[in-house]
Amino acid sequence: MSGRIDRVALLAVPGLAYLAVIYALPLLMLLAKSIQTAEGISFSEYRAFFADDYNIRVLLRTLRVAALTTLLALIFAYPTAFVMSRAKGPWLTVFLVAMVLPMSLGVVVKAFAWSILFRANGFINSSLQWIGLTEKPVRMLFTETALVVGAANVFLPFMVLPIYAVVRQMDRALPEAAASLGAGPFFRFFNVTLPLTLPGVVAGSAFTFSMAISMYVIPSLIVGERQQTLSMLIARSFLYLRNEPLGSTISAVLLGIAIFVVVFSSWLARRLGARS
Amino acid sequence: MTQTDRIFRALSWIVALGCVAFLMLPIFITVAASFSASPVYTLPPPEWSLRWYVSLERRSGLWDAVVLSLNLAFVSTVISLVLGTLASIAVTRGNFRGREAIATFAVSPLMMPGLVVGVALLQFFREIGLRDAYVSLLLGHIVITLPFVMRTLLASMAAFDFSMIDAARTLGMSYPKAILRVLVPNLAPAYLTSGLFAFLASMDNYPISIFLTDARNKTLPIKMLQYLEEQPDPSLAAMSSGLILLAVVVLVFGARTVGLNRMIQG
Repeated sequence: MSGRIDRVALLAVPGLAYLAVIYALPLLMLLAKSIQTAEGISFSEYRAFFADDYNIRVLLRTLRVAALTTLLALIFAYPTAFVMSRAKGPWLTVFLVAMVLPMSLGVVVKAFAWSILFRANGFINSSLQWIGLTEKPVRMLFTETALVVGAANVFLPFMVLPIYAVVRQMDRALPEAAASLGAGPFFRFFNVTLPLTLPGVVAGSAFTFSMAISMYVIPSLIVGERQQTLSMLIARSFLYLRNEPLGSTISAVLLGIAIFVVVFSSWLARRLGARS
Repeated sequence: MTQTDRIFRALSWIVALGCVAFLMLPIFITVAASFSASPVYTLPPPEWSLRWYVSLERRSGLWDAVVLSLNLAFVSTVISLVLGTLASIAVTRGNFRGREAIATFAVSPLMMPGLVVGVALLQFFREIGLRDAYVSLLLGHIVITLPFVMRTLLASMAAFDFSMIDAARTLGMSYPKAILRVLVPNLAPAYLTSGLFAFLASMDNYPISIFLTDARNKTLPIKMLQYLEEQPDPSLAAMSSGLILLAVVVLVFGARTVGLNRMIQG
């Protein structure tokens, strides 16, 4: 019996070996390189990175933009997932197409479309002026708000789909049972519905947040060089400045944040899974 | 249903419809701009024309990039489907420690910063003396596509009844044949979903590819960004509209064969 089980386990070897060599090993080598200097192991690159106010501002901006993007996407996604789980026929098709079709429009063109919309003479400004909300065009392109809106647009399907998957499988009878026992809508939501859907929220938020901290194309097209993010600093140090130690250090910082998000979210998911 | 429930339901529908409009907006902008007569992106277009579709014929650089990206997406997705099937069977059926950790590890590239993976691969390939840009890109793109495949296949195999495989074996099928003839057809929606998402992720990848390209091997997103910086005319919109049409065809095919909901949910 144990021989057969071992044979099944062997099937994982090609895929895992591939990821170990072509993914984990290069990342470990990058981490090693960031603490290796001519004089041996040293954290001087990190000290230099964190001592610079500019880098701290970029780091905080990256985290803030990612958090706001995740929040905006969640506000849009959560009610939508519930509506989708109840929708039938042509309505369901409309929602599903809206989730998947935009993925066929590459992120480059999508971000560019948003940069057109946000221009001073762009569609949004013309609409605002036409409605009479503003007389002069509002400066939108190159602002953090524009970046958050554009990023939320790109990542929204990745927030909706995990929540939709959980909501669809949720036992509808539970909130109804709570209602029949006299629980009000707010009590039902916070004590029954929300805890049941939390695993989907955690999965979607972790995914959106980790994509938003490392996005590169979207900020390059919507905010440009004026407001750098960590990814833009990495690209600049490798592709333009040719400063590999600096690039490796920033990469290691970003990698650290990403690994933390992966570990923390899977821990949270397991805890939620164990509770329910 | 109470008054409050009704208000919540109405608000949810408003948000959901807003969501659809928000998601479709870039597609409308792109398609509208592709039929514009103006060489700059103005909306609504002053006059309609097909000139940017005609001009695509002369953009040979763009076509090379399309072919390279389709090639990379197809080959890396197929390899990932094979590796992913094997690994998912092992994680679902195996009885060994650390299966959770293996699943987390195999899906983790989805959440790693693309630029960092790209830099790490660049330095690694340089170290081992790999210079061929196509091979480097392909190896990198498998890292992009494999986690998409693993995520969907792991979820659907957890719900698959493996006694069907045992039954096929009792009837005299070999194990590989039973997998191909019984497991794969039963999980067709999962294969379609994971294949589609993996393919699109590879087609759209910029951050890993940018470090692995050379002058002759430029993938579509890289070429498009370069093109936008050099001459931002609507021929890109025309080309993207063509790709959207292609996606519509795939979605219609998927909806007809397995149903849209099963296709998207695996």
